[in-house]
Amino acid sequence: MNNSNAMERLYNGLIKENPTFVLMLGMCPTLAVTTSAMNGLGMGLTTMVVLALSNMMISMLRNIIPDKVRIPAFIVVIASFVTMVELLLEGFIPALYDALGLYIPLIVVNCIILGRAESYASKNPILPSLFDGIGMGLGFSFALTCIGAVRELIGAGEIFGLHIMPDSYVPCAIFIMAPGAFFVLAALTAVQNKIRMNGEKKGKDMSKIQSGCSEDCMNCGEKGCSHRFYGEGKESERN
Amino acid sequence: MIQDLLIILVSSSLVNNVVLSQFLGLCPFLGVSKKTNTAAGMGVAVIFVITLASAVSGVVYKFILEKFDVTYLQTIVFILVIAALVQFVEMFLKKFMPPLYQALGVYLPLITTNCAVLGIALTNVQKKYGILTGIVNGFATAVGFTVAIVILAGIREKMEYNDIPESFKGMPIVLVTAGLMAIAFCGFSGLL
Repeated sequence: MNNSNAMERLYNGLIKENPTFVLMLGMCPTLAVTTSAMNGLGMGLTTMVVLALSNMMISMLRNIIPDKVRIPAFIVVIASFVTMVELLLEGFIPALYDALGLYIPLIVVNCIILGRAESYASKNPILPSLFDGIGMGLGFSFALTCIGAVRELIGAGEIFGLHIMPDSYVPCAIFIMAPGAFFVLAALTAVQNKIRMNGEKKGKDMSKIQSGCSEDCMNCGEKGCSHRFYGEGKESERN
Repeated sequence: MIQDLLIILVSSSLVNNVVLSQFLGLCPFLGVSKKTNTAAGMGVAVIFVITLASAVSGVVYKFILEKFDVTYLQTIVFILVIAALVQFVEMFLKKFMPPLYQALGVYLPLITTNCAVLGIALTNVQKKYGILTGIVNGFATAVGFTVAIVILAGIREKMEYNDIPESFKGMPIVLVTAGLMAIAFCGFSGLL
């Protein structure tokens, strides 16, 4: 484990395999909490903490957990960390706790976390897994902050609570309400489609880009996204 | 009492629709809504599982977690209880009710860790609902999910023949549709 490897994991999570912009995972929290840039950032960082810690713990336990019960074991590890983080938030940042509400315990069923546990942490040593978690978490935070900022800008004329738009701008409040989330995500996936089509025309491999998860919020590691996750896991095994 | 339950029924199924205003269970909502038949099947399975899960988690919360004063374990306990419950229901249906299993079997594994199921169990605790109220709330929420997914499937079937801009094909247009539906469902907020 050297510096370049750690940087590679961070770059991978932040840009190359950004969980939101490229892989389109964890859509429920992405839509629900991005009513403002601050909420998006808070949710992203909370998820990052859980992701990094659970990746580290699962990587430590990877030789102890029997293969057959690995999913329940992962879930218990993840749920424990989520509970800890939830209690800490309630104690120290009550404002964020109130803003995120139900979506904090629901981090348990965020498929990014189980997906990383299944595809990366359960096959790799501790430090790379930790950095993988941090990288993916940063990518998720970055994406959520961007989406939150766009929604806040259009819906309230502000970013991080700072008034940006001129006074003559009439805020389009629908964008901070539920329908706005769908519209922003629709625009995002349309841009993604466009980039993928352009890339395919030029003959690049765009198989990593995909719109939407499978039918299940949590088990995408086993279904929809598996070919990407497992493919990557095998690659890292070869290295 | 009855009036309270009716209010919960309307508010959970229409006003605070689980997918369109709370974004829970979004993955099956977008993933299994290509055909009306499968969407309806998924809806029925979700009603079945959520109602059962809110009953069981309500009982577990009241008689185990509260009794031993370990309510902070709720997230861990609920997710394990729900996962075990769905597995058990699947085995039970396979053995004793094969026709029902054939109708719902495909969908059951998909719902195991659907965030809507865990979300309802946690909401019931958060809002301090009793066991009966919790069951009604779970049922109503699931009905709301079914309504939303069947409507979306119907629109998607019609959209098959529409001329959609190239980059909006697939997921983007479905999300736009869902957004318009969410606006329509905002109209229900005047009900209560």
